[in-house]
Amino acid sequence: MSFDPALLDLGYVVSAVLFIVGLKNLGHPRTAPRGNRIGALAMLIAVLTTLAVMQSRGDGIIGWPLILGGMGLGTAIGLLMAYRVKMTQVPEMVALLNGFGGAASALVALSEVVGRVQRNDLPEGLALWVAWLAIGLSALVGWATLTGSLVAMFKLMGGITLFGRWIRTPTWGPAWLNIVKVVVAVAIVGLIVTSVVQPGNLWIVAAIVALSCLLGVLVVLPIGGADMPVVVSLLNAMSGIAAAFTGFILNNSVLIVAGSLVGASGLILTFIMCKAMNRRLVDVLFSSFGGGPADTVTRTKVGSDPDEVAMLLDGAQKVIVVPGYGMAVSQAQHAVREFAELLRDTYGTEVLYAIHPVAGRMPGHMNVLLAEAQVPYELQIELDEANNQFATCDLVLVLGANDTVNPAARSGEGPLAGMPILNVDQAPVVVVIKRSLSVGYAGVDNDLFYMNKTMMLFGDGKKMMGELNAAIKDA
Amino acid sequence: MTLTIPALIAAITLFVMAIFLGFELITKVPPTLHTPLMSGSNAISGISIVGALFLSNVAFTGGSTALSGWLAFAALVLATVNVVGGFAVTGRMMGMIAGRKRDKDPS
Repeated sequence: MSFDPALLDLGYVVSAVLFIVGLKNLGHPRTAPRGNRIGALAMLIAVLTTLAVMQSRGDGIIGWPLILGGMGLGTAIGLLMAYRVKMTQVPEMVALLNGFGGAASALVALSEVVGRVQRNDLPEGLALWVAWLAIGLSALVGWATLTGSLVAMFKLMGGITLFGRWIRTPTWGPAWLNIVKVVVAVAIVGLIVTSVVQPGNLWIVAAIVALSCLLGVLVVLPIGGADMPVVVSLLNAMSGIAAAFTGFILNNSVLIVAGSLVGASGLILTFIMCKAMNRRLVDVLFSSFGGGPADTVTRTKVGSDPDEVAMLLDGAQKVIVVPGYGMAVSQAQHAVREFAELLRDTYGTEVLYAIHPVAGRMPGHMNVLLAEAQVPYELQIELDEANNQFATCDLVLVLGANDTVNPAARSGEGPLAGMPILNVDQAPVVVVIKRSLSVGYAGVDNDLFYMNKTMMLFGDGKKMMGELNAAIKDA
Repeated sequence: MTLTIPALIAAITLFVMAIFLGFELITKVPPTLHTPLMSGSNAISGISIVGALFLSNVAFTGGSTALSGWLAFAALVLATVNVVGGFAVTGRMMGMIAGRKRDKDPS
């Protein structure tokens, strides 16, 4: 019996199994690094299997320069991005990569439809329906993922510098925009069905692409920065679904399996994140958050100086650090660890780190940064435990956090209503390091800053921590 | 390539089963892992590299469909960036998490 090249597809079975095992491992702290390696191995097997299958069919691989060139270029860009990126910018990078993934699926679909129309090689009957529906859906999800991810990326960055001027990423979404979104979505579905009836008409395809791009922007634009982690996670799930649809176009098992896995698990992760923020996905998507007019800060507060804070720290038994995005932007994590070590060595102080689930720009953002500064994992406590400990500590140091410690969230009104917060106002003394009194992402003024027990240290996180450390040494 | 109904049913079965499996796979994830999990599964969604590979080849068998070829090439580049960048950056994050685990062990 000679070897049937169709058996090469068994490589995809191996690949699919490894994807499942990899994803499973990624969800547990102990096995996560292995999960990542297994996932990468699965991808390698999928690529090698594909090359083998291509070589075995017809004339074999004839596009080598294109294939090697494309993979070489992509690898170079990917590695450069992954190793150049600062840990603070990882969320933006994940958003961008995610957009690339969606665009890749959408481009595969587009290439297939353009190629078939130009070669005059249209499928018929059932094959036409399946292929053209899958092409349309892949385009819808893929292009929307691309533009949505790009908007999300700019929201995470806060804005862009254009011609030397800083332009803040707008958040805009009146209630009627929801109707527009639905109309656009329905129009796209209508166009997809039309494309099956007129399979040779590339204008319909072009319209699907354009409207899908528009839809991605419309969906993400009204969502405030504080909800971006949830949005990126949802877009991640969408890019998986887009890949699964391309699997139907090419009738390829591993595309379907890996794509659906990412789609479903990504959706579950999205729900887990929503739960951590006490938000419903529907609210995130359809009711604008943090997009309303931001409170204008009219109150003032006199700033303190590091020496004053150092005096208060003299002999402290327990200090809790609450890091936020400010720690990430100023790269203050190393100074924070130094602060903790100073206190421990000088006064024997216990220093804990209270991590809000959505502190920073992405869940786990703070943990990653603190890990980078080699802060032991067991000193990083989660929301509930932290809230049990604030009352018994001597001092809380809030470093560049705002919305996650805003007591307004407990009032049940306003954009922050219902979000679980770190109750730092229960601590006897609160020190806040922040550049100014300005409002956070949610646009709500923070009563915490104006309390009598709160001392504000105005300035860049890293610089202020440095000065504070120096003051402790001198004390 | 003719698509038979059994082949289509098989593909749909795969799709539905994989979705159910994906729902079951991820249950309780500690917040520390949210970002690495997202970026790891994001790298997996770069599986469309498989589709891009097929089309990068097919595009030139016809000889005249340059546009389709360039689209496939763009897809290949973007998918590769997604895959390589995604796994590499996830590995970097994991390295930090694993690093602190090792620090903890001796004490």
